[in-house]
Amino acid sequence: MATLAADVPVFREFTPGQRVLRRLVRRRGAMAGLAVVVFFVSVALLAPLVAPYDPLQTSWSAVRKAPSAMHIFGTDEIGRDVAARAIYGARASLLAGLVSVCISLSLGIPIGLLAGYVGGWIDALISRITDAMLACPFLILAIALAAFLGPSLTNAMIAIGISATPIFIRLTRAQVLAVKVEDYVEAARAVGNSHLRIALRHVLPNVVAPLIVQATLAIAAAVIAEASLSFLGLGQQPPAPSWGSMLNTAKNYIDNAPWMAVWPGLSIFLLVLSFNLLGDGLRDALDPRHR
Amino acid sequence: MFNYLVQRLATIVPTLFFVSILIFGLQQLLPGDPAVILAGEDRDPSVVAHLHEKLHLDDPLPVRYLYWAGGVLRGDLGESQRIQKPVLELILEKLPVTLELALIAIVIALSIGITAGIVSAVAKDSAWDYAANVFALWGLSTPNFWLGIMLILLFSVTLGWLPASGYVSPFEDLKANLAAMIMPAFVLGNAIAAVLMRHTRSAMLQVLNSDYVRTARAKGLDERVVILKHALRNALIPVITLGALEFGTLLSGAVLTEQVFTIPGFGKLIVDAVFNRDYAVVQGVVLFTATAYITLNLLADLAYFVVNPRLRDQ
Repeated sequence: MATLAADVPVFREFTPGQRVLRRLVRRRGAMAGLAVVVFFVSVALLAPLVAPYDPLQTSWSAVRKAPSAMHIFGTDEIGRDVAARAIYGARASLLAGLVSVCISLSLGIPIGLLAGYVGGWIDALISRITDAMLACPFLILAIALAAFLGPSLTNAMIAIGISATPIFIRLTRAQVLAVKVEDYVEAARAVGNSHLRIALRHVLPNVVAPLIVQATLAIAAAVIAEASLSFLGLGQQPPAPSWGSMLNTAKNYIDNAPWMAVWPGLSIFLLVLSFNLLGDGLRDALDPRHR
Repeated sequence: MFNYLVQRLATIVPTLFFVSILIFGLQQLLPGDPAVILAGEDRDPSVVAHLHEKLHLDDPLPVRYLYWAGGVLRGDLGESQRIQKPVLELILEKLPVTLELALIAIVIALSIGITAGIVSAVAKDSAWDYAANVFALWGLSTPNFWLGIMLILLFSVTLGWLPASGYVSPFEDLKANLAAMIMPAFVLGNAIAAVLMRHTRSAMLQVLNSDYVRTARAKGLDERVVILKHALRNALIPVITLGALEFGTLLSGAVLTEQVFTIPGFGKLIVDAVFNRDYAVVQGVVLFTATAYITLNLLADLAYFVVNPRLRDQ
């Protein structure tokens, strides 16, 4: 008996979460994306320690200086260090990405859950409102909201968050519609659980996976949207640094100070690319059929 | 077909109703008295009083909405406070410029996106496939206003080949018009090409594994004929309809692109309106965009219905 047991290969049991993590770790693109995101988050958090200068400190003797040992990314039109501003700019971009997606999630998930779970006229009403919001192109709606709310980083985050909400409503609703007819939900209902408990304890945890993927990709979209609003003057207000507003100024000096445009743009590109890689990797890890 | 059209139109009406409420509701976000804000910096009391009367600001909210919606249905989107011109007239004035930009951008996006998608699917898991996927990720991750600035740096400042900004009507000088439009159109088409590439790749992979393609190959047909005539024609149906949904990306992108290249189009109209606090124009542009988007979606659905015989037979 002991010999037989020794011959049988032992398979280690993994929880679904561990399996997803193992699949994610094997995807090099996703891991590279995660590394860059961690890098940007660290830089944003440690900005006062890693920035070579105060991002607001002007110097009339160092106006539009090319990159050098003193200013590795050069200086801008009023002598501020571009590297310091790019480092502090990461704070605005990451904050906007995270806060606006949190707004979208905190509105989109409950509304989508309500529409999908309750159904009937509530679903019809929510779906029509969602359709109406989706009919307005994301950035144009964000611009309109930011314009009416007034230009500031907070309002830009609210505008981006609200504009991205319908995607989460629609996704949550679709997932809830698929899950609520499962046997385990039926069983939970049969043993007398309340609707609220079924929705929160049995349905919600089973619709989270695609929402995580969408949230990661939405952060990428929100980072670009914040940069776009700041570029148009509707986001972070000067003199506070943000990559979008840095590019807005840089475009006026492109012929004699191109370095002013290179670094903030490259930072947006790298951060967005990283979130996209991470999102793609998460999607493949959570749904291997997608590959 | 008729029943389908009626069904689709029936869903559009409530959507348009909620779009109108959403856009009307934007005005309610203005802090304080909208008339004071709409009156501009002078805040002339006579203008404020006139706006109160014109916008029915003393009436209850639902009544104000009905007045506003009634005007919209008659084609009255309000009047620009700055230029003193009807908003619809302003939109129609700027629209041809953006449409030309969008058209060139779509041609660029289709040429790059579909070609890259076909190559990627046919040579799956090869270096070409990886290159095409990297291109798609690049397209999706590059902020188009930054790409625009970088292209200006390369082609206008460094090489001096193309103008950095401005617009010339094609009826005045076609060559100068194309020279001014090619960079912004590429910037705009770049992100859409990435999306189209992904759709084409996925649709081609599905079609290339289907029985009729296997039969075509078994008959000994040339691989090029199999791919271009048999596979691509069917794969393109969902790609074209999904491509129509990229209209929103195109308009959002146009706002930024027109700003970078100083093109006097639809996108620049909304940005200028935002900065001049010309809220009627902002509302008008959003309403016009949403209506155009809904109409285009309907047309894309109908096109899909027309070209797909299986749907027609149902």
